[in-house]
Amino acid sequence: MSEINLQIDGKEVVATEGMTILDAAKSVGISIPTLCHHEKLEPYGGCRICTVEVEVRGWPKLVAGCIYPVEKGLVVRTRTEKVDKIRKVLLEEMLAHAPDSEELKALAQEYGADRDRFEKHPSFCIHCGLCVRYCAEIKKKNAVGFVDRGSNREISFIPEIAAKECWDCKECFPLCPTSALQAAYVLAGALMTPPEEAHSGGCGCSCSCGSAPEKQAG
Amino acid sequence: MDISKIDQIIDKHDGEASSLIQILLDIQSEHNWLPKEALKRVSEKLQVPMSRIQHIATFYKAFSLVPKGRHQVHVCMGTACHVRGAQRVLDTVQEVTGVKSGETDSDLKFSVETVNCLGCCALGPVMEVDGKHHGNIAPSQIASVLNNCE
Amino acid sequence: MTRLNSPEKLECARKDIVSRIDPTKPCISVCAGAGCLASGAAEVIAAFKTELDFHGLTTEVNTKGTGCPGFCERGPIVMIYPEGICYLKVKPEDVPEIVSHTIKEKKVVDRLLYEDPATGTRALRESDIPFYKNQQRNILSENIRLDSKSMDDYLAIGGYSALSKVLFQMTPEEVMGEIKKSNLRGRGGGGFPAWRKWEESRNAPDPIKYVIVNADEGDPGAFMDRALIEGNPHSILEGLIIGAYAVGAHEGFIYVRQEYPLAVENINLAIRQASERGFVGKDILGSGFDFTVKVHMGAGAFVCGESSALMTALEGRAGEPRPKYIHTAVKGVWDHPSVLNNVETWANVPQIINKGADWFTSFGTAGSTGTKIFSLVGKITNTGLVEVPMGVTLRDIITKVGGGIPGGKKFKAVQTGGPSGGCIPEAQLDLPVDFDELTKAGSMMGSGGMIVMDEDTCMVDIARYFIDFLKDESCGKCTPCREGIRQMLAVLTRITAGKGKEGDIELLEELAESMGAALCALGKSAPNPVLSTIRYFRDEYEAHIRDKKCPALSCKEMIAFHIDPAKCKACGSCFRQCPAEAIHGGKKLIHIIDQEKCTKCGTCLDVCPSRFGAVRKISGEPVPAPVPEDKRAIA
Repeated sequence: MSEINLQIDGKEVVATEGMTILDAAKSVGISIPTLCHHEKLEPYGGCRICTVEVEVRGWPKLVAGCIYPVEKGLVVRTRTEKVDKIRKVLLEEMLAHAPDSEELKALAQEYGADRDRFEKHPSFCIHCGLCVRYCAEIKKKNAVGFVDRGSNREISFIPEIAAKECWDCKECFPLCPTSALQAAYVLAGALMTPPEEAHSGGCGCSCSCGSAPEKQAG
Repeated sequence: MDISKIDQIIDKHDGEASSLIQILLDIQSEHNWLPKEALKRVSEKLQVPMSRIQHIATFYKAFSLVPKGRHQVHVCMGTACHVRGAQRVLDTVQEVTGVKSGETDSDLKFSVETVNCLGCCALGPVMEVDGKHHGNIAPSQIASVLNNCE
Repeated sequence: MTRLNSPEKLECARKDIVSRIDPTKPCISVCAGAGCLASGAAEVIAAFKTELDFHGLTTEVNTKGTGCPGFCERGPIVMIYPEGICYLKVKPEDVPEIVSHTIKEKKVVDRLLYEDPATGTRALRESDIPFYKNQQRNILSENIRLDSKSMDDYLAIGGYSALSKVLFQMTPEEVMGEIKKSNLRGRGGGGFPAWRKWEESRNAPDPIKYVIVNADEGDPGAFMDRALIEGNPHSILEGLIIGAYAVGAHEGFIYVRQEYPLAVENINLAIRQASERGFVGKDILGSGFDFTVKVHMGAGAFVCGESSALMTALEGRAGEPRPKYIHTAVKGVWDHPSVLNNVETWANVPQIINKGADWFTSFGTAGSTGTKIFSLVGKITNTGLVEVPMGVTLRDIITKVGGGIPGGKKFKAVQTGGPSGGCIPEAQLDLPVDFDELTKAGSMMGSGGMIVMDEDTCMVDIARYFIDFLKDESCGKCTPCREGIRQMLAVLTRITAGKGKEGDIELLEELAESMGAALCALGKSAPNPVLSTIRYFRDEYEAHIRDKKCPALSCKEMIAFHIDPAKCKACGSCFRQCPAEAIHGGKKLIHIIDQEKCTKCGTCLDVCPSRFGAVRKISGEPVPAPVPEDKRAIA
């Protein structure tokens, strides 16, 4: 493995090929916030809270620290005014969905994000995809997946698989940055509906039907 | 539903998982929707998890998980049509059919959808009924076009 | 059909086809592009066949359905050869007259010719019509010469000679050199130099490489790729095979959106024909070079026009973009090097090879060479496809080619670049149209949609329109795009509903900045329609927010319809036709609109006779109180 020299927040860092900016920063004790990142899972780059500024041929560029590979001579800034402003807005947007998430609230404090800035859409899900990816990549069960796209994107359990696999597993619950609320809520909804009906309406996802009972979390 | 038809479609694409979208398009055009049994069959034969099929079937606009009407009405909402009054066309279509965009009536007669550009921008606003384009359509002409549908 | 297994055999076959064409034989070419078909071209073609049969002329006159020549506004378009007469807006009823007059008696049917709206003079040929005269139609001009389903027609005009040239007279490096010298830039979006992608891919060590045609033309208001792939599919295929040879790829994909069924049909037919004659498959023209190609239909997702999302879709998955920190030219479809260019880019390749890079660079500007096809649509007199050299000013395109704004209205803005682009105001109309200048003006070239807007178009509503479009078309994977669009739409909806607040413009700007952190180029550029309208039309935003007024009188929730009592003649038109029954009328009684019932559909304004002009739209001011009952009578 060849060594790669780069600079993060003014510190000279020696990294090895294949490392991301996030890995390199961690190695010298610089912390970059993440929400969708997980050591055991393939890199995803969805939440963008790890956004940092890099300089490429003199031009500043915003990239996701959790996936951007280290390059020789790269100059990285993890806390510029711009980066902080962006993280603040992203947090405010996510808090509209999951206002009570401890993880989000802690980050909000750090970046001065206002929990109530945007109108609430309490779906709890911030689309980090940890449950979906963990179930597919580690458990290889594919009991939960994404449905739809754009602002209608949701997670949804496949009732037939969930009925068999989920009650004894639930390993995705503690991964959820919104305190497992989303996974539990949606799973319960899926299992309350007979499989035939679960797919009769629209996207087939039961999370937005509003009829799911309040189940205990995790 | 005739499962052998689904098998034929799958075989036509050599049962390759990379042809999943093409297979679903063929099923959609055969049945006018994607019946759950068909999706289960595709999942088994292609060895593709149901979660991925569910994502694809809801991600792409060409697919429907519920049966569609006998007549498909598409109102183009492309920019050129928008500046020439596509919203009024859509309002009128919804009024005449009693069907909201994205929905189908209970008799399965009409399905109304908006589309983001049919590529007939010079003729906007455009309405498409069962594959036939109606260019420069005025709201007042819509009822007579749709009343011709049985 | 025998496979042609040498360049000599190709030339023989070509000679044979050309020798069978009698240049003096009459030919009726009807545009069979999607636009003209929508205007009834199929019925016109059928009428010609019946009529020719009736006169016993079927063997003496050729008829063909051709590709789109671009003047869609005046379709169906009929060309009569060898004279080259151009008839516009032809209906089946006109066909007997054309056959008896023009075909049999060699006389012109004047009323079907183009008439100059200013002078009233008629134009006999395409080249006499100002819409065509002011263009440089290097690519589009081939469309009308070809039966889009005939490979022989393509061979007759020199088709596949460029492929033969590269396979037998040029090394892949020389092909690359020619494309590099031509400085051909991608015509689908950002204008990335084609040769850079090609070179990067060629140099990648992986032996499996792909070349891809992006025909997922999703920009609303753009349809040039549709016209090319429907009208001249072999030229796209030839360009792709040349690219494959240069890059060292043996497999290709053509990704066509399913909303273009005719394009899917014609490109599939072209591939079959090309395989039969040996332009596709093993040992092409006996050169030893192998290449196969597959058509993949898009299933309705705008985001798949983004190169990495398109590649994900090719793999049979939901079309989510991937981070491109490693270029797709190095790691694309199934992680193999993949060169993706759009339809128009590939269409230029055979011409560059045949005529040379120097010929190509003689058009356009130093940084943006060649010609570009635009779809000129919206509030413009001559709508259709327009091909001009890069560097022409927007003003020339709009006035000289487009014939200006119809209905005596005032120009307000032109939108270029689709949902990633922006709106350019009157003051910037002398901007030369090339990749870099449009970007500087806060818009972009995009694939070439050019939507003209007049004084009746509200710029805040246009911004809202694009963000609403993107709300459903974003893939939804990353937060800045998914949530940024959601919040922007909420703000813009509130402004256009008359509920805007101080600080909303700044909030939009802040959201826009956060979207710079999006995963793909579509997300990063999504705020452009908002930012460009704020930049050039801030006063309209302020009027909506502060004065609760829509200056264009367009935002439904901020306008009211009112009948001027001094002008109303109680003709009853609006009263009878109001679908909401919101108008109180009566014989010799001034009509009054019940504002509670009014749905603001605008029918009353449309139907009020222009000699009265009694209905008007108002915004930002209270609706005048209705005329008291005792004063409603008209003497």
